[in-house]
Amino acid sequence: MTRYASVLDLIGQTPIVDVSALSPKPNVTILAKLEGRNPAGSVKDRVALSLIDAAETDGLLVPGKPDQILIEPSSGNTGIALAMVCRLRGYHLKVVLPSNVSPERRQLLLAWGAEIIDSPGSEGSNGAVRLAQRLSSEHPEWIFLYQYANPNNPLAHYRTTGPEILNDVPEITHFVAGLGTSGTLMGVGRYLKEHRPGTQVWAIEPPSGEMVDGLRNLDDGYIPPIFTDNHGAEMLDRKVVVRPKESIEWTRRMTEVGLFVGISSGAIMAGAVKCALLVPDDQTATIVTIACDDGWKYLSTGAWSDDIDEVVERAKKIIYF
Amino acid sequence: MSALLRIPTVLRPAMGGEASITVEGPTIGAILSQVTSRYPAVKGQLLNADGTLHRFLNVYVNDDDVRYLGGLDAPVADSDEITLLPAVAGGAW
Repeated sequence: MTRYASVLDLIGQTPIVDVSALSPKPNVTILAKLEGRNPAGSVKDRVALSLIDAAETDGLLVPGKPDQILIEPSSGNTGIALAMVCRLRGYHLKVVLPSNVSPERRQLLLAWGAEIIDSPGSEGSNGAVRLAQRLSSEHPEWIFLYQYANPNNPLAHYRTTGPEILNDVPEITHFVAGLGTSGTLMGVGRYLKEHRPGTQVWAIEPPSGEMVDGLRNLDDGYIPPIFTDNHGAEMLDRKVVVRPKESIEWTRRMTEVGLFVGISSGAIMAGAVKCALLVPDDQTATIVTIACDDGWKYLSTGAWSDDIDEVVERAKKIIYF
Repeated sequence: MSALLRIPTVLRPAMGGEASITVEGPTIGAILSQVTSRYPAVKGQLLNADGTLHRFLNVYVNDDDVRYLGGLDAPVADSDEITLLPAVAGGAW
């Protein structure tokens, strides 16, 4: 058994497991990287550590100095990961959170000692970003790391997730991941395109634009600066929407291969299956997907136990991506 | 040959209040051009002045983003479902 000096040393080096039993084609292998194995429970541990380390290196945060406050918009996982890292490093974190995230996310943030500032649920993550921007401009003394625009977000994946994937799966042909801040896709995508040219990079997204009613017109839209800065439109080979019902169906099906994962992981698996279906019968392919977190934070949605149509209706009102 | 166009809430006031309409055309460009002549008020919401897709508008054919399928030249087949969705901040996974 390996001995570690800190929980933070447990971030990364997550396992990859073959889930091809769910592949629709025998010539397509599908592998899932289990990011729920990170200590605060999601892929966002990598990002949180990268953001805080870089802020300390740049002198934005000073270890040991009292009363340092950070503010960050998050629909959950980044907030939880940052809260854990801040707890260990002695910083106070305020998380701007849409009021309609699952209650488990809220509880976890409180468990790690974060302070929650509610933003209107109907405005989704857009509303949380806007409120955090406003509050940070009103409080210039607060540190705003802004995961949607901070280059250390994709850099975490360029330096860790990407190399881990290529090391474990040198034969990779497709990488399929979710599009939130775009950090995972931009970081891993760039690494794979540089080190295994020809790898296809697919983005999976929820139909969230349908549900955000804080938009007055399209000019209120939002594209993460990370996506634009990394030339995301040129980087991606394909972008696919996965509907709530498919997301829940595939979240359930993941239990067939022994995986109890979050709903976004089910959505990404649904996207991987769409990707597999396009591989010609006379070719082989190896798709790597990301299972962003485990299912614990979504138990209150009834995703595994209740009537699927009721769960879908509930999922439309709860932010799970 | 016809396809179904799903309209997001934010665009409905400028498009007769409908949640979906039937459209016809061989490509996304042809269909959007038909839509903007039927609903001139929505033109600035769908297209930039140079005729390209509005930065914050995502258009999907059967859930596939057309920006990666040839943009306005993306082909549309009979019974396809076209969805317009505004680009918003994704969740933080």
